[in-house]
Amino acid sequence: MATLKLDWEKVDEAREAARQIAEDTSAYTRQFTTTTVERSICRLLGIDGVDSIGVPLPNVVVEHLMSRQLLGHGVTYWLGQAAISLGKEPQELAELIAQGELDLAQIDSVDPFEVQLWAEKKAEEAVSRIHINRLIREERLRGYGDHSGPLLYVIVATGNIYEDIVQAKAAAKQGADVIAVIRTTGQSLLDYVPYGATTEGFGGTMATQENFRLMREALDEIGEELGRYIRLCNYCSGLCMPEIAVMGAFERLDVMLNDALYGILFRDINMQRTLIDQSFSRLINAAAGIIINTGEDNYLTTSDAYEEAHTVLASQFINEQFALQAGLPEEQMGLGHAFEMNPELKNAFLYEYAQAQMARQIFPNAPLKYMPPTKFKTGNIFRGYVQDTLFNMITVISHQRIHLLGMLTEAIHTPFMADRALAIDNARYIATSLADFGSDIEFREGGIMEQRANEVLDLALDLLQSIRKDGLFRTLEEGRFAGVKRPFEGGKGLSGVVSKEDQYLNPFVPLLLEESREGSERYHLNKIQAEEGEKYE
Amino acid sequence: MSSGLYSGKKIDIDTTLDLTRLKPYGDTMNDGKVQLSFTLPVPDNEIAVEAAKQLAMKMGIEEPIVSHHASLDKSFSFFVVYGNLSHVIDYTQLHVNSVDVNVMTMDETDLFIQQNFGRKIKVVGASTGTDAHTVGIDAIINMKGYAGHYGLERYKMFEALNLGSQVTNEDFIRKAVEFDADVLLVSQTVTQKNVHVQNLTELVELLEAERLRKRFLLIIGGPRINHELAKELGCDAGFGPGKFADDVASFICQELAARKQQN
Repeated sequence: MATLKLDWEKVDEAREAARQIAEDTSAYTRQFTTTTVERSICRLLGIDGVDSIGVPLPNVVVEHLMSRQLLGHGVTYWLGQAAISLGKEPQELAELIAQGELDLAQIDSVDPFEVQLWAEKKAEEAVSRIHINRLIREERLRGYGDHSGPLLYVIVATGNIYEDIVQAKAAAKQGADVIAVIRTTGQSLLDYVPYGATTEGFGGTMATQENFRLMREALDEIGEELGRYIRLCNYCSGLCMPEIAVMGAFERLDVMLNDALYGILFRDINMQRTLIDQSFSRLINAAAGIIINTGEDNYLTTSDAYEEAHTVLASQFINEQFALQAGLPEEQMGLGHAFEMNPELKNAFLYEYAQAQMARQIFPNAPLKYMPPTKFKTGNIFRGYVQDTLFNMITVISHQRIHLLGMLTEAIHTPFMADRALAIDNARYIATSLADFGSDIEFREGGIMEQRANEVLDLALDLLQSIRKDGLFRTLEEGRFAGVKRPFEGGKGLSGVVSKEDQYLNPFVPLLLEESREGSERYHLNKIQAEEGEKYE
Repeated sequence: MSSGLYSGKKIDIDTTLDLTRLKPYGDTMNDGKVQLSFTLPVPDNEIAVEAAKQLAMKMGIEEPIVSHHASLDKSFSFFVVYGNLSHVIDYTQLHVNSVDVNVMTMDETDLFIQQNFGRKIKVVGASTGTDAHTVGIDAIINMKGYAGHYGLERYKMFEALNLGSQVTNEDFIRKAVEFDADVLLVSQTVTQKNVHVQNLTELVELLEAERLRKRFLLIIGGPRINHELAKELGCDAGFGPGKFADDVASFICQELAARKQQN
């Protein structure tokens, strides 16, 4: 691939600044747990289902402890004691709590060492469930073979999971590699995860574990027919971020949107809450071999894509460091960026290309997620199709990995089946026609593109250094990302943040980190074997 | 797919424009040429093509040509159809309820407000309900505006507060009262299953219940919003696609000035 000459010293400095930002932030957030982190632990411990009025049992258990001010020890601590004293499984305990027949505060205390052993055993069971899913994915990808080049990503958003399945299967047949089920608007602000299969939603479909399972089953079925592994994507974001991470790990999702900064800026979720949630979510995503998608592209839908390009790069550096802290390896970092410049801007194509190319070079092993134009889509479908074509060209020639397909009907409606087919046709045409373009050209030294990339890098470095000085929280309070100001104690979900007590127990962290490390080793081993295999063919 | 493309047959149509019998134009007056595309939930084959043609004829399209058809899935097929529309419209009898305003530049608007009110006009905007899209409200309010049209924040004589997305109607009204707003701007992007209509109806009902409806100028906007709909829902104006901050700003100051005169 052709490369732009970048100032690599500045790249290193930027990375170092981001590392310190992530560390300083985590030093603070590490002191807390949240209601949804504890609910996700309930789920990992096998608690599922709803009570007689439809409240999810993980919420029942966590509210039970919250009302007794016991959550600071973590659910594991209390469930472990009860499980040992009563000889029952977590699910049975949750049901008893829901029926008002068990009060965790009234359990006789048990030897902490025994509780620790119980917790480790339960954690191993949960992580092995995640491990098996991971192996299934690896085996299918090896069996079918995974194609190089951009993965074609399309959305389904009918609101009805069964209709989504029809659309998703058609899209897979047309050539889609990743199916993203868009969530109904407003789910990110629900402080619980709805239960069961759902058929009603606005602008999308509820993320529920049953919906995940139904879509996974459908994609596996169609994948078998087509001899391809079809990846499934959903949203691990909002107030239930880590719980949805668990559901995704259990139902073998492959890609999940996961970005605290996005929730803070665009959903007004409290920054402390969601950064704590993100850290546990990423541990789970990492262990499950799920590629996370970060939301930097969204900055450019509110701010100007030319003027604010450096905020995207700065945020990618920060997201990279938060991911590394959670043991999430590069090959699972779907850092986001977007093609959102004003089409009237002279040389916009060159600037977009320069930025995409720069991101590719700075994060060479990350499966970057590249978002299509949306902001300047007008309802003129003919022009929209041209905008998408230009975007597709940059995706292909700068080797982006997760290729979100633009729809000619963007700004009119959620995609029709035919819109998706036209988008896939366009992308495949470009991918074939420009297959080796990116490696057959060179960039002019000191040219427009090289200058642009280095300018964005300079500004990103300045921004990161100022964030390092002031801290991430203050930067967000002052509105230095996307021009949106968010107070430290404002937004939704702060009441779910709880200080950890000294006896706080979460047995999952070391096991999840270990699972991620081993998974990444297998990934690299497979990659080497696959490359060697190719050599001998 | 041969009908007429290279045919030498002389088509006998009256090529004078008659506004009482208006129809689409391709390359000859009154040829009625239209294009459309759609998907049918049947396999792509000759019967499906015939079905597409017959549907087009039922829409009043004469001599439909299926210029493209392709399979989208086992039992879905896609069609692009061209043809001549037989329907006509009497253009001279049409009336549309649109926002009637003299669109002014930013400087003219600022001057107008200065002269007519002598104070800043306060505007609160949000994308309300569960709608998470801020593109519309940002385009009207934020400094930068959209497509070269500066937003209200850039005007000297507007004080604008953008509450962003997913603001409940209750919160929206509360903030508007706190801010002592003159004008409420509501953007609605998600329109699936007419959720925007329900949400806007609720807003108007809440305002009326609290006897606040007359206190504010209530303006709505979005890709599926027009002035007609806005009036039906009990709002003061509606702005659809292709309208910018200058349209909204001009309407606000002229409408408020007219109301001031009436009182």
